[in-house]
Amino acid sequence: MTKSDLVKRLAAANPHLYLRDVEKIVATVFEEISLALTRGDRVELRGFGAFSVRARDARQGRNPRTGDEVEVPDKQVPHFKTGKELRDRLNQEAD
Amino acid sequence: MAGLTVTRAHLAEAVYQEVGLSRTESAQLVDFILEEMANSLLGDGMVKISSFGTFMVREKGERVGRNPKTGEEVPILPRRVLVFRASQMLKDRINGEASPP
Repeated sequence: MTKSDLVKRLAAANPHLYLRDVEKIVATVFEEISLALTRGDRVELRGFGAFSVRARDARQGRNPRTGDEVEVPDKQVPHFKTGKELRDRLNQEAD
Repeated sequence: MAGLTVTRAHLAEAVYQEVGLSRTESAQLVDFILEEMANSLLGDGMVKISSFGTFMVREKGERVGRNPKTGEEVPILPRRVLVFRASQMLKDRINGEASPP
């Protein structure tokens, strides 16, 4: 499923909404999560999962093509942890 | 820096501010989006949100684990796990390297 499939499903389930509003709703949800992570906040969506930002230290890397050593600066990386309910559902339906 | 926790209620509030719907309906729409994503992951195993990231279901094989307290070997059964890969755009934004769309 892609973002546009999600918009289509939301629109089909809510025929009273304008398509441009449905698009705005979907965009807002992901933009709010992105903004929260940009601020360094955590996003906890019960039953689905939690997004957080983790710090990575600077390290000595290597260009895999040339073998040259390069300095990789410290950075923040987004992280997602699946919620318990969704994790359980994934494994129930696999049986 | 990481002080606040954003929840479903915050997302619903943002939808409410952005679109002229009631708070109740805004909350229902946020729930619907997350439920559709979950259903799609349970079905075809993949959700791709451009400029945000991709959620994928991965099958993990059985492996031998160890109870860290007792040192006892225990089999970890095959299971399905969900992984999220953030888009390059989101990674860049988090590191302050790009502006929002």
